[in-house]
Amino acid sequence: MNSTTTHFVPSRRMGLYEPLHQMSMWGDFRLDSPPPPPLVLEVDANLDNQSEDTSRPTFGASQEASKPDDKVLRRLAQNREAARKSRLRKKAYVQQLENSKLRLIQLEQELDRARQQGMCVDASQLAYTGNTNPGITAFEAEYGHWVEEQNRQVSDLKNALHSEMGDMELQIFVEGGMRHYFELFAMKVTAARADVFYIMSGMWKTSAERFFLWIGGFRPSELLKVLSPHLDALTEQQRLDIVNLTQSCQQAEDALSQGMEKLQFILAQAIADGLLREGNYLPQIGAAMNKLEDLVRFVVQADHLRQETLQQISRILTIRQAASGLLALGEYLQRLRVLSSCWSSHPRDVCVSKI
Amino acid sequence: MEKIGKVASENGVVIFSKSTCCLCYAVQILFRDLGVQAAVHEIDHDPDGKEIEKALMRLGCSGPVPAVYIGGKLMGSTNEVMSLHLSGSLLQLIRPYQQTNLSSHD
Repeated sequence: MNSTTTHFVPSRRMGLYEPLHQMSMWGDFRLDSPPPPPLVLEVDANLDNQSEDTSRPTFGASQEASKPDDKVLRRLAQNREAARKSRLRKKAYVQQLENSKLRLIQLEQELDRARQQGMCVDASQLAYTGNTNPGITAFEAEYGHWVEEQNRQVSDLKNALHSEMGDMELQIFVEGGMRHYFELFAMKVTAARADVFYIMSGMWKTSAERFFLWIGGFRPSELLKVLSPHLDALTEQQRLDIVNLTQSCQQAEDALSQGMEKLQFILAQAIADGLLREGNYLPQIGAAMNKLEDLVRFVVQADHLRQETLQQISRILTIRQAASGLLALGEYLQRLRVLSSCWSSHPRDVCVSKI
Repeated sequence: MEKIGKVASENGVVIFSKSTCCLCYAVQILFRDLGVQAAVHEIDHDPDGKEIEKALMRLGCSGPVPAVYIGGKLMGSTNEVMSLHLSGSLLQLIRPYQQTNLSSHD
């Protein structure tokens, strides 16, 4: 009987301690004290009985008497420590969960906002919207409205062209459409002054639009080449004028591109100045910041080129042709946005299987 | 300012520039591609540079560089040059000063 109790008590003791231990952790946050004493005493009583058992090896009566107390005290201390550590771990885990929850709410809000603005949402856009520059935040909001208005104008133009509308009325649509693009260029200039890298990277555009990026926007000669074949009833003179305009545009673009390359090189040199030397790099950062002013000028110049191209083409074309051209441009940009959305959401394994 | 007028009349196409200005370099490239050897006057290497800069700004060049003169007359800055080129007017203006016969639209 005694021998079985010998084996029984320690495991029972442990069994008693473990669940109590856990209960104190997860059940009651404010419980700072170790498990209640009564059970301990009960076990103690058993142990005391144990120590008097002759079957157990004895080292000395006094040691026998103090050993269980020490063991118990040590075990109590260990438990307190374990409980404390467990509470700290739980606190850290809960904190992490709270942070993740906040981040999730933030992402959902950004997603909703982007969807409402009619923008195609892809991962790279979401990743970027941690932007805290007020000039850029304002630009992004304005651009969202710009796209909504653009979509309205495209459908209005489509209806106008299919109706019996005369040139006088059609002109109003054409002028409105042109002005809408000019408004975008003005918005971009302000945004470029707030953060020129943002504009240069085309961050507000969808991914397919970014693929065609040239100095913060579209390459005007490319648009001319893509869209002019879709214009009807061009006279010989008009064809010639469009060819000349495209060539002049290309020459202007090439000049700006080469200027940009030089600026990139100068900027890189300014940043690299004094590498591997002693001292801080603040002067180099300052020099680079000054050069970024030139970058803003390039962005402004590129947008001016886009605006001039639009104005020139509208002078070459008749009102009806200009309306068609604007519609073609609007639809083309819409298709690019849809392409971005489709690409970012299509399942990759479907694509692979088609190869 | 007299110096500007003097420099501007020394050559068919004159670009007032700064050695660090990349937009000025872009304008230079454009004229070069159109077959014109433009004279580039770098005002940051000119002892009267500061006055030239002020004078150019008074004349309406907000850059103040690049400032482009053709045939001794001020055309303007990059904006004006680009507009002139897209409208086809620039080619007519530089015709007397083109050194290469480009296969252009005559």
